[in-house]
Amino acid sequence: MTSNPLRKLLFDEKIRSIWIQALIVGLFAFLVYTVSQTTAYNLEKRGIGTGFEFLQMSAGYDISFSLIDFTSKDTHLRAYFVGVLNTLLVSVTGIFLATILGFLVGVIRLSSNWLFRNIAYVYVEFTRNVPVLLQIILWYSILIHLPKVKQAVQFLEYFYLTNRGLYSPSPIFLEGFRFVAWSFVIAIIFTSFLKKYLKKKQNITGNQYPIFYINSAIIIFTPILIFYIMGMPMEFSHPVIKGFNFQGGMVLRPEFMGMLLGLSIYTAAFISETVRSGIMAVSKGQREASQALGLKSNFIMRLIIIPQALRVIIPPLTSQYLNLTKNSSLGIAIGYSDLVHGFGGISLNQTGKAIEIMLIVMVTYLIMSLTISLLMNIYNRTVQFKGNA
Amino acid sequence: MSEIVISLEKVNKWFDDFHVLKDIDLSVIKGQKIVVCGPSGSGKSTMIRCINRLEAHQGGKIVVHDTELTNDLKNIDIIRKNVGMVFQQFNLFPHLSVLDNISLAPIWVKKMPKKEAEKVAMAHLEKVKIPEQAHKFPGQLSGGQQQRVAIARSLAMNPDIMLFDEPTSALDPEMIKEVLDVMIQLAEEGMTMLVVTHEMGFAKTVADQMIFMDEGKIVEQATPDEFFNNPKSDRTKLFLSQILNH
Amino acid sequence: MTTAAINNSFLRSKAGIWLRKNLFSNWVNTFITLLSLYFIWEVGSFFLNWAIFDADFLVNFRGEEILDRTYCSKNIEPGLHGACWAIIDARFYQFMYGFYPAEEVWRVNLTFFLLPISLVGIFFDKIPYRKFFIYFTFLFPFIAYYLLYGGPTLSQVGTNKWGGLLVTLFLGVTGIGLAFPLSILLALGRRSQMPIISSMCVIFIEFIRGVPLITLLFTANVMLPLFLPDGISPDNLLRALVAVTLFQSAYMAEAIRGGLQAIPRGQVEAARAMGLSYWQSTRKIILPQALRISIPPIVNTSIGLFKDTSLVLIIGLFDLLGIGRAALADMSWIKLYYEVYVFVSLVFFIFCFAMSRYSLYLEKKLKTDNSK
Repeated sequence: MTSNPLRKLLFDEKIRSIWIQALIVGLFAFLVYTVSQTTAYNLEKRGIGTGFEFLQMSAGYDISFSLIDFTSKDTHLRAYFVGVLNTLLVSVTGIFLATILGFLVGVIRLSSNWLFRNIAYVYVEFTRNVPVLLQIILWYSILIHLPKVKQAVQFLEYFYLTNRGLYSPSPIFLEGFRFVAWSFVIAIIFTSFLKKYLKKKQNITGNQYPIFYINSAIIIFTPILIFYIMGMPMEFSHPVIKGFNFQGGMVLRPEFMGMLLGLSIYTAAFISETVRSGIMAVSKGQREASQALGLKSNFIMRLIIIPQALRVIIPPLTSQYLNLTKNSSLGIAIGYSDLVHGFGGISLNQTGKAIEIMLIVMVTYLIMSLTISLLMNIYNRTVQFKGNA
Repeated sequence: MSEIVISLEKVNKWFDDFHVLKDIDLSVIKGQKIVVCGPSGSGKSTMIRCINRLEAHQGGKIVVHDTELTNDLKNIDIIRKNVGMVFQQFNLFPHLSVLDNISLAPIWVKKMPKKEAEKVAMAHLEKVKIPEQAHKFPGQLSGGQQQRVAIARSLAMNPDIMLFDEPTSALDPEMIKEVLDVMIQLAEEGMTMLVVTHEMGFAKTVADQMIFMDEGKIVEQATPDEFFNNPKSDRTKLFLSQILNH
Repeated sequence: MTTAAINNSFLRSKAGIWLRKNLFSNWVNTFITLLSLYFIWEVGSFFLNWAIFDADFLVNFRGEEILDRTYCSKNIEPGLHGACWAIIDARFYQFMYGFYPAEEVWRVNLTFFLLPISLVGIFFDKIPYRKFFIYFTFLFPFIAYYLLYGGPTLSQVGTNKWGGLLVTLFLGVTGIGLAFPLSILLALGRRSQMPIISSMCVIFIEFIRGVPLITLLFTANVMLPLFLPDGISPDNLLRALVAVTLFQSAYMAEAIRGGLQAIPRGQVEAARAMGLSYWQSTRKIILPQALRISIPPIVNTSIGLFKDTSLVLIIGLFDLLGIGRAALADMSWIKLYYEVYVFVSLVFFIFCFAMSRYSLYLEKKLKTDNSK
């Protein structure tokens, strides 16, 4: 092996990798340089400056749906926060509903009843193979073609379904309600201690206590009891038709409901498949060994099947949660003021600061995605089977 | 002392159209060690899996300790508490430690206090000679160790009868001996055992009765002496010639 | 029960056994079965009545031809509620081709016809003359470009005239096709030993996967003209194609990476021990195996992409769904939204369901191939 320097340059593995990488970095830097030059030139030509000062300027538009107060005089920055909150609202609610529905359907798909199981199958196949955008638009269409306010569909005496949304009574909390709220919190804390105590007792005596039922009863009935003791400190503001609109009460807008229904039902179909394959992935032998030991079904599920199934379910479940959060950006199609619609759409059009705004929007989603991924990785690491299996 | 603990009368079973058990008659006396052998597909695993209702028989009668095995869930429970089973694939619970694997059933089925259950578990771990593995997880053990844990797990419930479904077939050769040693020790202590296996050395050492099954029927049943030296049926002879000529 | 009795009842009512086991095994099950039957009856009859039995297809209940929504039976007679499918027929050309000039549409039809032929080589590996089919697969993009866009002897049809299924298929097929080689490079790059390359690939992949497709479409739409020198302004469809391709390549790269990880190290070691270089061993040994394993997740991401092409309507392009919405905006057909959405859903469903069936078929094939 000669140590001819030229030969080394070309064939030595380490040196080769260094200059290949240097070349790539150089090419990339060159690309970035040329593109930014061109961009700067183009921006100047169109009279669009760069910089983030626009965030302090007033937005000049209204946002129809907002969790915090917002008027057209507020800044773009505030518009950004409204967007983020709206995105989080529909994402969190959607994740919650989708998980419940998804687990339910997943278990139904494992039912021994052929008919029941296949109805679920039809639902899953139809929902998974149609674009989510179309489903959101479809639900929105249905919701805005409900009867007008004057012919509202009334149900459960105080709820009204109209094309402007679902009107329901809104609770007004009076003086003594604090105690009810506190009693709920205390009940939760108490039950977690009770659980530990009862588990300890089981370890010592061997007796089994229906911990789940006891705790549920405490959490549900204590606040109710306190509520009555305090003289029912809660009133409702009822929606009442006045002219062309409702006064009082609260309303769920069709934009929000359309997003919620479209996102949840779509994502639930995918979650159900994940749940189903997770439970099936637990090998048959596990169930048989448990049965051979004499364990009853509900114990088998609780102690053996579900813990193992969850390990398989959680990672893909998290990516579906991420997909739902990203899909909430479709709100622009039906006018739901999520981040992309308001800040990413209207603010962009008004200020022309495409690069800055898109950057902020994308970084926001990135932060959301990476946070969820990070949490998932931590969880994953704590529940891995120890050993080489 | 010839109390019959398991009795199968004219037991028949189908998998869809396939007739897998045909008129099986078998009586197991307390303390007996019965080895079942035969070609694959002969129904031997199915037969012992019917005894603890992992498979359901469609015809005939199975009685374990005076309890008849039917769809009655209470009967099934009673039988499973008294019959232990060791699987070819071990089927240990990977998310629980070895100690938890063994103490699980005593805690949740027999409602033992945790400390007592763990004492029982450790005692059985010592019996299978791996007490130091108590806090490891199945994934960290060798195949032979895992199977011994599986045996300890079944023994922890104090069964009268132990069923073995090809317990060493999934093991590397050098680990078969450690498992067979445990089984031999169990036999010497008087356990009633029904073992499906290809290990003829073990059979010769331990068995009171040899059963040869083929195509769903019990073809021959005899003492090991008669079975190996003077088999009556041609099929038995053929099988023995194949399996003993290594 | 004697053996004979068991024999009889079992063999006699095989269907009976199935019914009993699956639908009526116990009281709860029977109740669920009855509930399900009721549910199917209610929903099914409602939908079938609306879609088929009470629906107008081309003529209404009086036998008149339906020229616009005022002729639909449900708009004339208050008691009638059937669908009015005439809108689909009236706009069918647009659903298929968008605004493509009618006299040139034979070119699109030819492309549609050639498309499945170009895919035969990829999907089926046991057909005769497979080599020719593969050649055709590589030639097809150029042929399609020439046919659809124009060139010597064919007049130019700008992409702003393309629409409907043409756009959906164009974005889907081209997106997947272009993303594929890119994703292989990304997957290999991510696993590279050279830190610069691997970190660039990781950053790219994680960035693309962390943001919604709509932001990429917006970026491509608004920013691409800013990045390029004056005068070069790629048309809208192309911008969307760039966004879609980059998006798909990141997801596909992850699918391929899974396949690469599944190849035992021994394969790489054996290949290098034989003296093969990195590229040789990758091309001849690793990639073929990895791709085979990754095909089901690749098909799954492709199904996702196909559905996601519908997002381009938000940036003003007229894909299948976009044409549907445009049709609904037309005064003469307003309010027939369910007909349009059901039709569009059906088209998407057919394509996606077929792809997912193919993916299942592949998975089964891989399992049986591997367990030899």
